[in-house]
Amino acid sequence: MVEHGDIRVVHRGGSKIDFRQPVITNDSRFLLCASGECVKVFSTSTEECIHDLQGHTDLVTGVLLRPSNHLQVYSCSIDGTVRLWDFTDGILIKTYVIGCPVYSIYASANHEGVIFIVVPMLGDKRSELFQLVAVHLPQSGDQLVESRELSAVLSNVSSNPADIAFGRGGEYIASAKGLQLKVFFFKKQKSYEFSLKEDNKKGGLNTFTCVACHPKDDCIATGHGDGKIRLWRNFNHKKEYTYSTLHWHHNAVSSLCFTPEGTNLLSGGVESVLVQWRYNQESQRDFLPRLGAAITHIAVSPDGALFCTSHSDNKITIIQSCVKVSAVIQGLVKGDVQTDLIVDPRSKALVLNGKPGHLQFYSLQRDKLLYNLDIVQQEYIHELGLEQFEVVKAAFDASGTWLATVEERKQKSAELEVNLKLWAFDEQTQSFVLNTTISAPHEARITAMCFRQATDSQTTMLVSTSKDGHFKAWQLATPAHTEGPSWSCDFVGTYHGLVPECCCFSADSSLLAVSFQEVVTVWSPTSWELLTTLSQPPGAIRDLCFGRLSCSKYLLGTTAKNLLCCWNLLTCSLEWSTSMDISLLLADPLSENMAAFCCQAGCTDLFVFKPSEPRPLFSHKAVCSGTVTRAVFAPREKMLDSCEENSQWLNRSQLHFLTQYMDLMTFTTKAEDDRLMASSKQLVIDDSVAMTPFYLLLGKHRHQQQENQDPMSSLSAERTPLPQSSVAIKELLQTPAHVLPSTSFLCSMFVQSLLISVTDLRSNHSERHYPQMEKTWNSGNQQHLFQENPDDHQMICRLHLPQLRSICT
Amino acid sequence: MASFKPTNIPVYPKLGEKVTQDTLYWKNYKAPVQIKEFGAITNIDFSPVTPHNFAVTAFTRIHIYGPFSQEPVKTFTRFKDTAYCGRFRSDGQLLVAGCEDSVVRLFDVGGKVALRMFRGHTKAVHVTDFTSDRYQILTGSDDYTCRLWDIPNATELNVYQEHTDYIRCGITSKLNRDLFITGSYDHTLKVFDARVDKSVMSMDHGQPIESLLLYPSEGLLVSAGGRYVKVWDLLKGGQPLVSLRNHHKTVTCLALSSNGQRLLSASLDRHVKVYSTTNYKVVHNFDYAASILSLALAPDDESIVVGMTNSILSIKHRKSPEESREISGQQRRRPSYRVFVKGKNYVPKQDDYLVSKPVKQYLAKYDKQLKKFNVSKALDCALEKWIRLRNPEVPVAVIKELDRRGTLKNALAGRDEQQLSRLLSFLIGNLVDMRFAPVLVVAAEMILDIYRSILGQSPVIDRQLLRMQDLLEREIDYQKELVEVLGMLDTMFASSLPKMEVPWISSATLLPLEVAVPSKKLNFPLEGGICI
Repeated sequence: MVEHGDIRVVHRGGSKIDFRQPVITNDSRFLLCASGECVKVFSTSTEECIHDLQGHTDLVTGVLLRPSNHLQVYSCSIDGTVRLWDFTDGILIKTYVIGCPVYSIYASANHEGVIFIVVPMLGDKRSELFQLVAVHLPQSGDQLVESRELSAVLSNVSSNPADIAFGRGGEYIASAKGLQLKVFFFKKQKSYEFSLKEDNKKGGLNTFTCVACHPKDDCIATGHGDGKIRLWRNFNHKKEYTYSTLHWHHNAVSSLCFTPEGTNLLSGGVESVLVQWRYNQESQRDFLPRLGAAITHIAVSPDGALFCTSHSDNKITIIQSCVKVSAVIQGLVKGDVQTDLIVDPRSKALVLNGKPGHLQFYSLQRDKLLYNLDIVQQEYIHELGLEQFEVVKAAFDASGTWLATVEERKQKSAELEVNLKLWAFDEQTQSFVLNTTISAPHEARITAMCFRQATDSQTTMLVSTSKDGHFKAWQLATPAHTEGPSWSCDFVGTYHGLVPECCCFSADSSLLAVSFQEVVTVWSPTSWELLTTLSQPPGAIRDLCFGRLSCSKYLLGTTAKNLLCCWNLLTCSLEWSTSMDISLLLADPLSENMAAFCCQAGCTDLFVFKPSEPRPLFSHKAVCSGTVTRAVFAPREKMLDSCEENSQWLNRSQLHFLTQYMDLMTFTTKAEDDRLMASSKQLVIDDSVAMTPFYLLLGKHRHQQQENQDPMSSLSAERTPLPQSSVAIKELLQTPAHVLPSTSFLCSMFVQSLLISVTDLRSNHSERHYPQMEKTWNSGNQQHLFQENPDDHQMICRLHLPQLRSICT
Repeated sequence: MASFKPTNIPVYPKLGEKVTQDTLYWKNYKAPVQIKEFGAITNIDFSPVTPHNFAVTAFTRIHIYGPFSQEPVKTFTRFKDTAYCGRFRSDGQLLVAGCEDSVVRLFDVGGKVALRMFRGHTKAVHVTDFTSDRYQILTGSDDYTCRLWDIPNATELNVYQEHTDYIRCGITSKLNRDLFITGSYDHTLKVFDARVDKSVMSMDHGQPIESLLLYPSEGLLVSAGGRYVKVWDLLKGGQPLVSLRNHHKTVTCLALSSNGQRLLSASLDRHVKVYSTTNYKVVHNFDYAASILSLALAPDDESIVVGMTNSILSIKHRKSPEESREISGQQRRRPSYRVFVKGKNYVPKQDDYLVSKPVKQYLAKYDKQLKKFNVSKALDCALEKWIRLRNPEVPVAVIKELDRRGTLKNALAGRDEQQLSRLLSFLIGNLVDMRFAPVLVVAAEMILDIYRSILGQSPVIDRQLLRMQDLLEREIDYQKELVEVLGMLDTMFASSLPKMEVPWISSATLLPLEVAVPSKKLNFPLEGGICI
């Protein structure tokens, strides 16, 4: 990524936590899971993330408890390393460099000092072929250990970690790929292969999807593509092996797991039902239904008390003894985002598609999912290939009291089903309550929807445009015979039978702009008069946006034929236009600024500009690859006070956007980064120590210590950065004391070195001080300056004193 | 683990019946008190003075009822034959009544024997009334004459022989002692002035007139005859104002609500209709058990009294404000409420250990089956007779839900004749309902697909399918007609509205003012222009 001034693009939270099987620690208090480039440690009781184990430079592909020490954990990554961590304190103990991408990791208590990893076949790293290799971990005291001694165990294995499992006491390892099950016996150094036919009689898929081995018995359970589970026995013979079949799942079994004592077998799949089979009494099963989304992994704690299932909607559910869901760790649900990114004006949360049929409210400040709002309110049927209702549009009004959502369901043969729902915010329950459902508000798909922005007007109005060639205005009305106010259609508009694409209200809500292919029509929402039409052929209008604040007289539009136009609504004429292929145009609600994402040669550039002048305030080349179609300006909690021209646009709000791969990114300034770093140091989470009498004794002591430290740390967080260029300070502090000249001599030099920093401080001073300083600066004489302004001098000295103290200590 | 989300039964807007201020007002009456009289009740008259007793004329008697008593407080029985038209004087002291034996009798409300007997008519007297000066009586009779009598002398003052058929209704002016109006079976209603010997005004109703009513201002006159109720403007010389035809049998009686805003008409078709007097639209409707002959409203609309041909007198009293509130509260309360609430209102004390019970989710029968994925059973549950008939939206919602789950075909298939015929009868009943059509058409198509092979095997199913076909053909014709009407309306709207204001109604020839002149063309420095 191009380093660009002091503004850079960063990932914004919400990484995947359902990528690999989570691990529950021996004492059942922590849950470890791979999440992007780090391993997250969650508390199983409070659902809080305790710390991140950061160190890998690429995707983490596996987490495994060290069999010989239950307080340590291995993690492997695509970056070619296996790292050993102490997860209670979050310390990296060792890094083993393997040298090629690692896709999964296995270990057994019986194989001391050996781990088994899946790596690509040697020779070609691009190939789809993988092999299972054993790595002898060298015993050495170094942090970084090269361990490139790989000895192949099985070739041609699957890269999916669920397809390989250790058998009873680590005597054998089972691996499945495609239609073949391989079992390798370590003692005999011999492998057996068992194959299935491609299809069974009923046409089900026989491919293996996952493998689990019984911990106390010679039995291998395999899951299959048609939902069957096979229990293999007697597999140490080539011919006389047997298997029995269990069938409950109607789609592929995605995960299998035996409980530690081997009494139960757990299985899960797309049905989102956790099935518990009694071992040897397979007709008895227990079910835990409606877990929310398809189960991707199942894990059991070493003592068997906790189960945990990870789900395809980026969620980990912790289940106590197969009956009660005790905790749910929910990340940002990543799926097919169809709504625009919106910010809830009330909670300042980012709102987008979540679980199927839900909207998720995601707090950007706290990087936490606040809640999921059920929009569709129907029982979700977990079945592949079933057309479900999807939330495709959502909009908030200016004060956040109303939420409008559109859900639709398209069937192959039948008509499109569209529902427009309006939700009112309920103060008591602090959530949205369904007010009105309008089924089939339009005859075709709704293309855009927006609320009237004015906060003072009594009537709220919603405008929706549709492919059926109409746009409709909806208003809150109180019919005499019903109990509460509900929404009804107020006006239906068309223009020459053209299809409306987007609509937008002006900042003061006095104008409504609706684009009909090449033509922009401007309406008065009070009288529904067509005021004027604007057009800039050729090319249909793709995006419409009114300017805000001082630029509210401008209307901006982008066309499909690579044109960005700015119309002045006072003169009804084109103010300026420029040729750009803009994929997304959006306005900052708190300032005049507008952001345009411009797609060029496979990657996206960002331009920020004011409508009044066709000159970008800020531009960033190659923000990400692919087009950006969803972005939002989220208001900041606290305004930044940056004065630099190219970062000023980030003062009031922050720009978030979704990339092609549904990654949520944002822009941060350097100052913000520094502040974040400083504050993260202050944050000490002390959840790892048990509440023993010893802790109480020690904790009190430590608490006092921390209090003593606090003023220091807060100071260091606030302090201004030292003038790095100052040679004098460096010299003063780095040369040994015995070679330094006398202190009286040094003092004046040292004070002067501090005084130079006035030029840097200048920008931090308020405007009032600025001209005064400038004037005196021009006089040229520093001594003179400080004689004239003794107050300033004192102030600066006071400013630097704490720094001095901290430097000297 | 989320709980099962039950099937969403949509609430459809109620078509037609709306709750208006009028329905609230007119529905706010208690259940009627019914009293059996001796014969058909021909007339009811309220006393103008408190306590507003009312005189009920039925067969050979006149009963006077108090406002709340169900027993007559007074009875006049001295009639030789059927009595007619017992009316109070404006001071409530005297009562006059005609009789089949052509004698008009005048009673003191306190006494029993007639004070005066007016003899002169030759046939039954159906109309009697006091003039506003309280000293004269108007009578109208089947001998085609109407007469004025003097009470003190018991003499006949004048005879008017202008009608050519029975006189069955008449009314005196409350403001002018000389004016009175009579209506006759010769279709005319005539306004007489006692100071001249002839009628001063004559209007043709077109039907035998049964009842007359004067507005309190006496500018408007209402007449009822045949199926028609007509309003005449007397100040414009008897010009007809409105003709109402809302009953389908003869209108027998008219009344005005206390504030003069609503007009009531009762008819042999067993209905009482309430009209607004501003636009003469029916705002409310009462149903009764038998043909209505007489109707009266107590002052302040405190009660509605209706007399019917089956000699039943029905009295509805208005609910008091407390009562109306109480009733709505009682409706919420079920009979088993007390049992149900037992132990639930117990407030835990300080030392009590509270064992919380999980809230049980109650599911409808069809939801229970849906939860178990028993699709056919779910549909069967939803198609139970009382659900199917009372709220058809439930089966429709279940069919929709099954369709969403992709299992509708499984649920519809494999049914025997009885089950299939039940399904088909439901479809026939609701297929053309606009609200249900999109869902049911899919189901109907599936049924035809599934059961195509068994056509001709069961006469019951075949008959139902033919009925469905017939229904669909009729519906298609109907829709075609509607589209035609819509087209006609569109052209009418398009031609009647000024063109500039209707760019949205249709693609009227409107030329947009297109601003397509690029004033300035400014370029973003795209290629490496700015690099900050």
